[in-house]
Amino acid sequence: MGAYAPRRRLLRSAIATAHAWAKPGLKGLGKGSRAICSHDEDVITMAVAAARACLGGGDNRSPDRLLLASTSLPFADRQNATVVGEALNLPEDLQTADISGSQRAATSALLLGLQHGGAECMVVGAEKCLTRAGSVEEFTVGDAAAALTTGEDQQLARFIGSHSISRDMVDHYRTAQSDYNYALEERWIRDCGLMEIIPETVAALLTKLHMLPEQIDRLLIAGVDGRPAAQIAARCSIDKMALHEGLKAPIGHAGSADALLLLVDALQAAEPDQHILLVGFGQGCDALLFQTTDIVHRARESHGVAAAIAAGVDDTNYLRYLSFAGLVDIDWGMRAERDNRTSQAAFYRGRRAITGFVGGLCRDCGVAQFPKTALCVNPNCGKQDTQDDEMFANKAGQVKSFTEDWLALSLNPPLMYGSVRFDRQSTLMMEFADFDPGELSIGSKLQMVFRIKDFDPLRGYHRYFWKAAPAAE
Amino acid sequence: MASGIKDKVAIIGMGCSRFGERWDCGAEHLMLEAFDECLADAGIEKAQIEAAWLGLCYQEQSLGKSSISLSQSLRLPNVPVTRVENLCATGTEALRGAAYAVASGACDIALAMGVEKLKDTGFGGLPARTMGTFEDLWFPGVSAPGSFAQLASAYAHKHNIPMDQLREAMAHVSWKSHENGALNPKAHLKNRITKEKVLNAPMISYPLGLFDCCGVSDGAACAIVTTPEMAKKIGRAANLVSIKALQLAVSNGAEMFYDEWDGSHAMTAELASKRAYSEAGITDPKRQLDMVEVHDCFSITELVTMEDLGLSAPGQACQDITAGVYDRDGALPCNVDGGLKCFGHPLGATGLRMVYEIYQQLHGRTGERQLNDPTLGLTHNLGGFPNRNVCSISIVGLYE
Repeated sequence: MGAYAPRRRLLRSAIATAHAWAKPGLKGLGKGSRAICSHDEDVITMAVAAARACLGGGDNRSPDRLLLASTSLPFADRQNATVVGEALNLPEDLQTADISGSQRAATSALLLGLQHGGAECMVVGAEKCLTRAGSVEEFTVGDAAAALTTGEDQQLARFIGSHSISRDMVDHYRTAQSDYNYALEERWIRDCGLMEIIPETVAALLTKLHMLPEQIDRLLIAGVDGRPAAQIAARCSIDKMALHEGLKAPIGHAGSADALLLLVDALQAAEPDQHILLVGFGQGCDALLFQTTDIVHRARESHGVAAAIAAGVDDTNYLRYLSFAGLVDIDWGMRAERDNRTSQAAFYRGRRAITGFVGGLCRDCGVAQFPKTALCVNPNCGKQDTQDDEMFANKAGQVKSFTEDWLALSLNPPLMYGSVRFDRQSTLMMEFADFDPGELSIGSKLQMVFRIKDFDPLRGYHRYFWKAAPAAE
Repeated sequence: MASGIKDKVAIIGMGCSRFGERWDCGAEHLMLEAFDECLADAGIEKAQIEAAWLGLCYQEQSLGKSSISLSQSLRLPNVPVTRVENLCATGTEALRGAAYAVASGACDIALAMGVEKLKDTGFGGLPARTMGTFEDLWFPGVSAPGSFAQLASAYAHKHNIPMDQLREAMAHVSWKSHENGALNPKAHLKNRITKEKVLNAPMISYPLGLFDCCGVSDGAACAIVTTPEMAKKIGRAANLVSIKALQLAVSNGAEMFYDEWDGSHAMTAELASKRAYSEAGITDPKRQLDMVEVHDCFSITELVTMEDLGLSAPGQACQDITAGVYDRDGALPCNVDGGLKCFGHPLGATGLRMVYEIYQQLHGRTGERQLNDPTLGLTHNLGGFPNRNVCSISIVGLYE
């Protein structure tokens, strides 16, 4: 399992301050922070980050199935899960699917994974929440991702059972044509939705499993916290001490991904033989019950929610956030007007290099190189057709030279780039990510991250590549 | 071992347009402006030109593909014309084509023209280009200043020089160019500036401020070349200028993808200059050269180039520059015409503009900025980026 939240945490007090001229009443919401995608992050890049954290957690699994759950997938018709799979360098004999359409997307995906027999399934949930400036939702949501694998081996928790209700209560909606959610009346949702449908589902599940509410050690209610969550727990007859406090304060509710983030967080804190009840709400309800195993402590080795929260840096620049989110139209000058069509033929041919960051390793001289070419780049070798695949994504790097470029086009100026030194005498000029001006220096330690490389506004397209980010401490 | 080009080709005429923001005319007129001066200088008829080479880098934004624009602008008598492009070494490539043609005996008299007209595009700096196919999927979205700025971080680290100290030496480079440009009537920028102004300018690409960067100019420069024998035959024997070396080194990917190069200089400049010194029979460039015209696209480029050319010892360029070694009145004047920084940088013309300055200096025609009896000079162009580039070196001097 693994979790990811973008580095920048926009302080809600900064949001409230920006709106104080028109909506002084929002001041009360100005507590905590919201994780926000940088200009080069979206659901795919966050899903890759969470999935890498999941795969890097000790057991190097190769799932048979990859499900990506989100309501904010960047592509409506180009399978997003496939891009994630290729960025993870998973074998091509992989079943992939995007699961969307509801706040229950992640619990639905998790159920599909759990009901997949003995095969391993990676379930990734990610959400990049687009909210209208000045809305209440702008204060409550956050961008984040989490990933888990399901399967028979090395189980940290056993799936005991589930119950689902499908009921078309429109607590909010977003049509295919609209950018933002339309939220309905809060008290009606609480009284007739959350307080009715969730307890009903939980009761049905417990009855089905011949279990009692007091057997529940941990209750995770995605997207709900505070007083309503406590009221739901009480209505379910579950001790409020079992209730997870939610992730609104540090990063915000990450839409459909919230369920997976809560589950990852709960498993990392769990003891053996505990019952964890996960609830997803939205046009009905999914309730899933797990029982932790003797090896649940292994969950703590993963880069999980606490680590993702700790990696954040506070940000008070509301205007920059608006620009990152595409909510304000900044004049980027003539350099932004260049034609930037992607050659899909070239991409298809080179996609293992571009999406998977696969280079070459010369069998003859042992020099690694990116991109992989027919002739070895080592001037003392130069042999032809001697290169095997070499994965660059997990390589550590070091800054060899750098600049902060205020002239080149970037949606987060200055564009930072430079030569990066890898092992096996390889080097590559790359863009840097997640550095602020003044933070780069020769020898800075780097890790590779999958990000949006470039935009083609004319054709509504964007493409991905790898960037060099500060190495995790 | 080939005998090389030394003294096989003479330059009998040169011309250079005024550089700058030439809103008054198009590229066709810039070429004509340079050519009129060149033809008058050579003292020949246009009909005597048997072949021509056109150097133009950004053809998409100005004259288009092919060599037709040169033939048409000068109304050449349907002679063979070839267009060449090799980034910032384009102008020198045009000269190389013409010189090789004359040296081979394929023709007696040839023209080399370089031109660029980019101000009409509306860009400050080089224009943004249409993205290509595979490489743009991964290559950073670099700008020219950003590419060269990296030299500074690597150079400062390698030689353990504090960035402030390096920036002061870089400021001296730009200050010197403005001092020299102020004495050049054809220069794009003729204003003097202080080093403080350089150091306090807005940052373009760390650590390069505005005045560490050359601009882009409109302009054209050209040369008419022939053999020394033909030059004498047509009465051009006095003060004859000949080509001593023409060399080019092109990156093969080692700097970009193989971690041997340290990022603090241009490997190709080292190689090309060694070959050029050998071709010209120069054993002690620091003493034998009277002047150098180097590719100061950015102040840091000029600084590291002094070491790549073997003129300053490794790590000593900062000291030499601030001590005034390369000032107009120093031991080895560099960019006495103002360089790319102030004479200007029309990419396709730049290499020929550098040769033009040396040629004019050898003839004693440069007025206030005239050096004391120079006999030998070197030009250097660096096209592309430090980690992937084309470096051209030419050496010209008085014919013995």
